[in-house]
Amino acid sequence: MTIPKENQSIKIQTTADDHRIAKLAALAISLHLVEAILPSPLPGVKPGLANIVTLFVLYRFDFATAAWVSLLRVFASSLLLGSFLSPTFALSLSGAIFSLGVLFLGQYLPRQFFSAVSLSILAAFAHMAGQLLVVRFWLIPHAGVAYLIPIFMAAALVFGVVNGLLTNYLLNMNPSKQEG
Amino acid sequence: MRLPLKITKPLLGDLLVLLLGLVFVVVLFSTLWNHAPAAKVQIRLADKIYATYSLDQNRTIEIKGPIGITRILIDHGKARFASSPCPNQYCVHQGWLNHMGQAAICLPNQISLELLGGEKPFDSLNY
Repeated sequence: MTIPKENQSIKIQTTADDHRIAKLAALAISLHLVEAILPSPLPGVKPGLANIVTLFVLYRFDFATAAWVSLLRVFASSLLLGSFLSPTFALSLSGAIFSLGVLFLGQYLPRQFFSAVSLSILAAFAHMAGQLLVVRFWLIPHAGVAYLIPIFMAAALVFGVVNGLLTNYLLNMNPSKQEG
Repeated sequence: MRLPLKITKPLLGDLLVLLLGLVFVVVLFSTLWNHAPAAKVQIRLADKIYATYSLDQNRTIEIKGPIGITRILIDHGKARFASSPCPNQYCVHQGWLNHMGQAAICLPNQISLELLGGEKPFDSLNY
């Protein structure tokens, strides 16, 4: 018996870029999931390890790849955690969009003075700012939220530095072909 | 596999960003965590200032608003809505206020409390 032609498996044409984005996004998703099961003293204070992948991709590839990896990570992780379209997802998405916006501008900083640490700190601040805006204008429309801003921003600074150092370390371990 | 941990010299820009980040966080703490104690409580009824009391003297104030009588308590440097005829009781649940700039509002009865220090840091009600 022969399989009718229309029932044969559908082939989607994929490029090498697609495969690379998928692999890197899978890495970011796994880091995101590991982080999701870690307990946190304050809701919202998380190391943001997945951002290491975003930064690494920004340095080794380009901004478009980094944006793909970051946004795929947000959508896929929320589906896996069951938080798609929930407030958690909205926070994650707005944080990712804001930090990508800052990374877009930050990639033009001169590389001889600014390493991944600078971009990581700036992106962490932007990530927190994006989340706090959602909290303030949608989830908790109360001025009392302002009392939490310093704590969140201090956490963003600490984790921004740590993630930046880890990214630098990874970049040194995996030299790009151009740099030899 | 042994991973060599290379200590690279920190870049000038990184230090600059780190320093600015620290300044930013410190400024946030000092402006948003302004826990200066309050000295006075200003009570507003509708669009007028009803009275301003010192927080040093304990007293109970009864004010007649559009829907009934609201009782406000001043006790040892703090103030609160003790009771109000409003349906949701947000003002009462807000509890004791003792920091400069804090405020509680009873919208149904059009009464608000605002704590003032020696000098007013910002006008939170008009903001």
